[in-house]
Amino acid sequence: MHMADALISPSVGGTMIAASAGLIAYSSSKVKKELDDKKVPLMGVMGAFIFAAQMINFTIPATGSSGHIGGGLLLSIILGPYAAFLTIASVLIVQALFFADGGLLALGCNIFNLGFFPCFIVYPFIYKKIVGDNFSTGRIFGASLLSAILSLQLGAFCVVLETLASGITALPFSTFVLLMQPIHLAIGVGEGIATAAIVLFLKRTEPEVFYTPDKSVAGSYRKALIAMVGLAIVTGAILSWFASQYPDGLEWSMEKVAGTAELETPGNSIYEKFKSLQEKTAFLPDYDFKAPQEQAATEEEAKWPAVSAGTSISGLIGGTITLLLVILFGFLLKNKKVVE
Amino acid sequence: MEGDISKIDNILFNLGYLDLLAYRDSEIHRVNPVAKFITTVVYLFFVISFNRYEIKMLLPFSIYPLFLILRADLPFGYILKKVLYVSPFVIMVGIFNPIFDRHIFFSFNGINITSGWVSFLSIIIKYFLTVTTVIVLIGVTGFYNLCYAMNKVGVPKVFSVQLLFLYRYIFLITEEAARMTRARELRTPISKPVSLKVYGSLAGHLLLRSINRAERIHRSMILRGFDGNIKIAGRTSYRLNDFIFMSLWILVFIFFRFFDISDFIGKLVLKVFL
Repeated sequence: MHMADALISPSVGGTMIAASAGLIAYSSSKVKKELDDKKVPLMGVMGAFIFAAQMINFTIPATGSSGHIGGGLLLSIILGPYAAFLTIASVLIVQALFFADGGLLALGCNIFNLGFFPCFIVYPFIYKKIVGDNFSTGRIFGASLLSAILSLQLGAFCVVLETLASGITALPFSTFVLLMQPIHLAIGVGEGIATAAIVLFLKRTEPEVFYTPDKSVAGSYRKALIAMVGLAIVTGAILSWFASQYPDGLEWSMEKVAGTAELETPGNSIYEKFKSLQEKTAFLPDYDFKAPQEQAATEEEAKWPAVSAGTSISGLIGGTITLLLVILFGFLLKNKKVVE
Repeated sequence: MEGDISKIDNILFNLGYLDLLAYRDSEIHRVNPVAKFITTVVYLFFVISFNRYEIKMLLPFSIYPLFLILRADLPFGYILKKVLYVSPFVIMVGIFNPIFDRHIFFSFNGINITSGWVSFLSIIIKYFLTVTTVIVLIGVTGFYNLCYAMNKVGVPKVFSVQLLFLYRYIFLITEEAARMTRARELRTPISKPVSLKVYGSLAGHLLLRSINRAERIHRSMILRGFDGNIKIAGRTSYRLNDFIFMSLWILVFIFFRFFDISDFIGKLVLKVFL
């Protein structure tokens, strides 16, 4: 469920990058304060482990479907939330760069969706609370299952919100949610069982590997949250100012230069649904979801379809020629003198 | 399962090959990693800044990845194959646009093209542009230099050092996983998928081996004088070329963003031939 660059808008991408960057900075300072220089190689190796272990699949009993670990939860159990967050973020970076899984600008979204929930919400408030100190088999199993399902549900819901806020897809909110949540319920069950199997094995063999918080530098999750929300709000505010000032300017200049008006229109009232949802949750109150554009778009819709055939044909011809020119230009530039 | 092993081998090959490309030498490879990183991030922002019905203004943007591929002589087919392995998620989300967005966008000889198909195509083009560019960035920069660049633009050191460790050990630990999977398969005459019980000890052992390895690494680092600080060495000098590369490309992106070349050419052609 990696978000992709192609599905997000700059303001959503930027806001999420700011949120994740804030969390990375906060977690980095926490890990540094723990004064355990063993942790850096351990984190790196654990990230590599997650990478390798994701390739080992197992069959879920009685279903025939397969599952593997996702990482965030298991890493939190062994490394603690801060180091786990950094590790999962690095795994995602490697996936984005080498496997085109997600993208560079969508990294903020992906790190947040797959790292923030398991490390800072589910692990401290669900997993720790259920397992407590007595490490019983039943508790570990139940806690892992519930935690994995919850993290994935929250992550998947965030994917829906981020995609809709970007306005690239025409998928209505309810359909998207109905599509995403059940799929991730199945994935969550798989991850929960896998995590439980590994944690139970470790409990039998080497129980000392589990993370015990260093009381002297115990961080506060509230601070992490404030750091994240604060940064996201500031960036969101700045970017949405750009979004409402700048692109409008952009569109204006496009109209002047190209003679075509912006063809933006809200598909099936996603904006309205999202707006009402946003009003209910009041998350990032400063972030105005392109309201001016929405109005402009509604006006636009009144005279829809107002595109002249001439403009479209010239666009088709022009687009094709541009593409051919780009390819031609590229091949003219081809460099023959490359040393292996 | 044979599938697991070939999958693991395939992944190792992919990782290694892409980084190997970065060891080549070309004028693009020689551009300072920080300049390449910043230019690429700016590029990505420009590409995704278009509204969802934009197609023709996106097309000129293909010049940047194409330029990098050709000037650095990266294997075109390999990169295309990697990109064609289109993320199922993008398709899944995009394919709903034609279903839900049924405005007529334009008619061409009686064929109505709905805006849903236009926005779907726009998503696919954006996907191709962004994904190709990121893969190419690795191919002309390499992971080590990229970590250095990230550190330079403000990513915390603990984090970038840890990223380098991760990258270094992916090869070793994935090979370890492949060995373990292979050993299990050779002892399982009738090919059976991994059961939950076996999975727990298989993945668990892999994890313990990884932790032990981390401990050995840490000890040997201390013996070599590790004081908790890792210095990432990278090229610190900037040449004039780096600035020219960065500023010229950003100017090109701005031009493409504000000036509709496709439309201009199309109108010109219509004027000349009709």
